[in-house]
Amino acid sequence: MSQRTHEAEQIVFDRVVKTYPGSTAPAVDELTLTVPAGEVCVLLGPSGSGKTTALMMVNRLIEPTGGDIRIGDRSIRDLDPIRLRRSIGYVIQQTGLFPHLTIAGNIATVPKVLGWDKKRTKERVDELLELVGLPPGEYAKRYPAQLSGGQRQRVGIARALAADPPVMLMDEPFGALDPITRERVQDEFLALHERLRKTVIFVSHDIDEAVRMGDRIAIFREGGRLAQYAAPRELLKKPADDFVARFVGADRGLKRLSLMRLGDLDLAPADGAGSADRGGAVPELPAAATLRSALSLMVAEGVDAVRVTGDAGGAAGEAGAADAEPPVLGLASLDAVRKAGSA
Amino acid sequence: MNGVLLQTARVPGLLSAAGQHQGHGGGPVIPDYGTPSRCVAADGTFCPDWFASHWRVLFWPALLQHIELTVIAVVAGFLIAVAAAVLAHFQGWFAAPCSAVSSFLYTVPPLALFQLLVPVSGFSVLTVELALVAYSLYLLFTTILTGLREVPEDAVRAARGMGLTRRQILFKVELPLALPSLVSGLRVATVMTVATVAIAAYVIDAGLGSLILKALQSPFNTQFIGAGALAVALALAADGLLVLAGRLLTPWARSRRAA
Repeated sequence: MSQRTHEAEQIVFDRVVKTYPGSTAPAVDELTLTVPAGEVCVLLGPSGSGKTTALMMVNRLIEPTGGDIRIGDRSIRDLDPIRLRRSIGYVIQQTGLFPHLTIAGNIATVPKVLGWDKKRTKERVDELLELVGLPPGEYAKRYPAQLSGGQRQRVGIARALAADPPVMLMDEPFGALDPITRERVQDEFLALHERLRKTVIFVSHDIDEAVRMGDRIAIFREGGRLAQYAAPRELLKKPADDFVARFVGADRGLKRLSLMRLGDLDLAPADGAGSADRGGAVPELPAAATLRSALSLMVAEGVDAVRVTGDAGGAAGEAGAADAEPPVLGLASLDAVRKAGSA
Repeated sequence: MNGVLLQTARVPGLLSAAGQHQGHGGGPVIPDYGTPSRCVAADGTFCPDWFASHWRVLFWPALLQHIELTVIAVVAGFLIAVAAAVLAHFQGWFAAPCSAVSSFLYTVPPLALFQLLVPVSGFSVLTVELALVAYSLYLLFTTILTGLREVPEDAVRAARGMGLTRRQILFKVELPLALPSLVSGLRVATVMTVATVAIAAYVIDAGLGSLILKALQSPFNTQFIGAGALAVALALAADGLLVLAGRLLTPWARSRRAA
């Protein structure tokens, strides 16, 4: 049949308006933005700001009252809604898994309505379960109620990926998870995204999640108006107005630091790398640590620099790291961190 | 009411039961019914030997008739109720009139309903089934509609978002998820119908109710008690079967476990 991996496609909102019947104020007001192919765009805003409405117009669960949305070079108006939806991955909060179907049955939903044969469907289900880290042998025949919240969310993502859609819509997918599980599933999703490079529109009301997940963030204000559309670093550095500044929070400088890693800094040479003459007063952090954790460590330890270490030896295994002495790459000073944060 | 009651004046079972004529030699003008057992002769409350010896001619056929009347009524009522509930689920305005009509039918006493129908459809199985179906609709319609409405909203939204058609959502998501409600509605309706079929003896000479009705006019109690017990057992068995079928159909509902 056709090639298995569909190219990601860009999504364009072109002066999109949605006014619900019986309401004079639009829920989404003249929304214009472009999500480049293969990027994650987070729609962020308080409740009632129209971000979910904007998302649901992409797969025509809600019909726009004005403007146009294009996926690739095709307007969604020209496509049959049912076929359009089958070509778009859709993940919602609480996953919306079907409790009466097994995990395999859930993931096979779209392949089945698309008329795939049994063999192809089963292969795809197994492939996707492996992809999200749930061994098919153990999980395929279970029911959603038998999984943990994080596992259910991974199944939700696998189900959305079933027909290998070029575009994915995610509506607060991790909203119901506890903070620790949420962070883990976010990391897993980012790793997955690194491999699959779908165009993703992701609704969230959590600025930290948006900063973590988004290549770009679109901040909505009440009345469905776009307040700012920018990359996270840009957004945190230069909020367009008071509303955005308030929404991203007074700690936006720290949030910005959490986007940068020690390894990206120009490090000062460490005097006598690894030597004990400074009495171990300078704490160490791996190059992959964020500037935010470096700053936090400096504040906690009352020092003005941290030693940055590289990977231990050649083996990149976490278990082996304890044995081998990691090489010291250099010194990151408080000043360097501050400068990088405001650059 | 008299017209209905007249129907049941014949009491064939009891004649053979009492066995009041013993055949002496000579011209057997009266057939020989054999010698009654001690229990029967003493007019015991319940005579197992009599029950056993009349199982094939009396109780078993009546039980089969009872089952048949029940199954037809429940299946027909179920199909109508499902269709009405689905319609009401799709078109909200349809729910109120459906509910009003079925609850009105439910409040009419079954005997009165039989009486009302006899002039139309006579002393027939049709009359009985019409009344039974009318009687079961309210319970079935209400539970099925509730079941459909209580399907988790996010499951339906996910199904829409994935590109399932309205019909696919109904058959692949909503009806399967409403199964527990469907089954509980069926259970109540079935048990109720088993009981109501017994009253149908006023209209047709069939079912366990017919045996009970005839026995009421006799001091001999075994037939009355036997048929009554069978009706109770039938209701319990049908209920049990439905519980079992429900479990088999909804393996997901009992697979919950702390995760």
